[in-house]
Amino acid sequence: MAKVKNANLDVCKLKEKAKEIRISTIKEIAHLGKGHIGGAMSIVEILVYLYYYQMNINPEEPKMEGRDRLVCSKGHAGPSVYAVLADKGFFPKSWLLTLNKGGTNLPSHCDMTKTPGIDFTTGSLGQGASAAAGIALGQKIKDEKSFTYLILGDGESQEGQVWEMAEFASTQKLGNLIAFTDFNKMQLDGYTRDVICMDNIDTRWLGFNWHVQRINGHDFSELHYAVTQAKAVKDRPSMIICDTIKSFGYAPGVGTVSNHSMAISEEDMNNAIKALELEG
Amino acid sequence: MSAKSTNNVNTTNTSKANASKAVNKENNYRDTSDFVDMKDALMAAIMDLAEKNSDVVMLESDLMKCLGSTCFFEKYPKRAFNCGIAEANMVGVAAGLSSMGFVPFAESFGVFSSRRAFDQFFLSVNYAKQRVHLIGTDPGVVAQVNGGTHMPFEDIALMRQIPDLIIIDPSDAQSCYDLVVQAYESGHSSYIRLARKGVTHRYSVDKTITLGKGIVLSEGKDLSIIAEGEIMVNEAENAVRLLKEKGISAELIDMHTIKPLDTKLIEKTAKKTGKVLVCENGRYAGGLGEAVAAHLSKTCPTLMDFVNVGEKFGEVGDLKYLIKTFKFTAEDIALKAEKLVKA
Repeated sequence: MAKVKNANLDVCKLKEKAKEIRISTIKEIAHLGKGHIGGAMSIVEILVYLYYYQMNINPEEPKMEGRDRLVCSKGHAGPSVYAVLADKGFFPKSWLLTLNKGGTNLPSHCDMTKTPGIDFTTGSLGQGASAAAGIALGQKIKDEKSFTYLILGDGESQEGQVWEMAEFASTQKLGNLIAFTDFNKMQLDGYTRDVICMDNIDTRWLGFNWHVQRINGHDFSELHYAVTQAKAVKDRPSMIICDTIKSFGYAPGVGTVSNHSMAISEEDMNNAIKALELEG
Repeated sequence: MSAKSTNNVNTTNTSKANASKAVNKENNYRDTSDFVDMKDALMAAIMDLAEKNSDVVMLESDLMKCLGSTCFFEKYPKRAFNCGIAEANMVGVAAGLSSMGFVPFAESFGVFSSRRAFDQFFLSVNYAKQRVHLIGTDPGVVAQVNGGTHMPFEDIALMRQIPDLIIIDPSDAQSCYDLVVQAYESGHSSYIRLARKGVTHRYSVDKTITLGKGIVLSEGKDLSIIAEGEIMVNEAENAVRLLKEKGISAELIDMHTIKPLDTKLIEKTAKKTGKVLVCENGRYAGGLGEAVAAHLSKTCPTLMDFVNVGEKFGEVGDLKYLIKTFKFTAEDIALKAEKLVKA
């Protein structure tokens, strides 16, 4: 993947923001004591690129007509989505420490009826895919110029519904649907290669007639290039396969398949924050 | 009352749904008295709603020709989508469209709408507080020659698990039209359970049919028969005549809305007759019978009996054979009613 220079893209600023979002996410989960750290950390750059550079949204008017929409179909990544939404001003940052507590507006899995800024309720894997296709279809019926962004997990892509959506979206020529696969190669029970092999995920999407790119999902320049390319494709939906590292930025979770949901103590949190701050 | 059927599905349906017809002046409801199929009444309601409301969209699952929704696809090509044989995705797409402000009507055979796409309808639509009208055709034994694989006996039970969902099973063309319009106007999601082919004409366009309010078809004093759906109401109506010949006075209620249940009417009739027989084209567990029994056990414990498919799976056959096999005939209903009265 060739890297492009874009005067408008301040990679340093986005990197700094990603660090902040990771720290907030770790704090949310540590405050509760346990949570889906792995899959929340691997999509941080995707979220930061979309919310701080790409998407047309308005935190003061979360349901603004004509806005771009994002469906985080791997709904258990809610904590990093919430960190972004709070930082953008959709709701007070104090909410972050209520994650998963009784009566919270920030449940484990994304819920559009509770959290300002969440465009669709997800949690039952695969379902966000079809909802995103429906949203993109709705944008087309309304002749909006907006885009729908969809984040899928690699493990999630074992769900048949994802592929029902894939054939539908390409048949409907949903050029305004831009999806990402968080290809961190792990799922709850282990490596995807050992559970259900997803190694040919690129060719699967190609086979469904999507525009497919593969990038480093932690690299803002590559994300920018890929999304720019995807937006230019009008006659097909786009899939951007993002090679990522599960639990990226939270060292105790990196390289272990037990990182899907982990206990995080106060000490773990402090060490992780210190490590992120030292990164510079 | 007459029941007619036609094999000329598409032509009939398209022309009926588009035809300019007499209307009930008060509600603007279309007169359905010359429709030959239940699906004509359904599509007429959807077409009329779509004409007045630009938010109405139609989703199909490769059964457009079976339902006759071709008329919608022809008139509103930008608001109609064939999702292919992928019901889970269809319902998910409907949920997404709802979040964009549209009100989708999504259609499949009842077994697929309910069993196959249940999780999507439960979570993406209802849990997420979206608004979708899910049509499940060929309920219970109506699936006939498509056989046991296509025979939804449990769709009522499944749909009853969804909070705030409306469930309707109209017994004739006019009630189908009126209730579909009212389901749309309610602002809730709904499950619309109905046969496609052939239709009974029981109510005139001037009859007041209200969502959530059962209709007393005949007053009686010895027992109450509560029936749902076209087949059971038809058979129960004949059973009432058979019972009358034996000197038994049966009250008959068309419970066209299964949820919300007309508990007021159920209590009233139970208190009046003291015996209740519930007839449904489906399974007892989770069905209308269980719902009525549960309510009466709290408010007015009543001796009851039930006509339903019991523990059986569906099987292939024509309607006459199936009604006999599952003991849905007027004679079967009358026999149970008689025993209940004597109990």
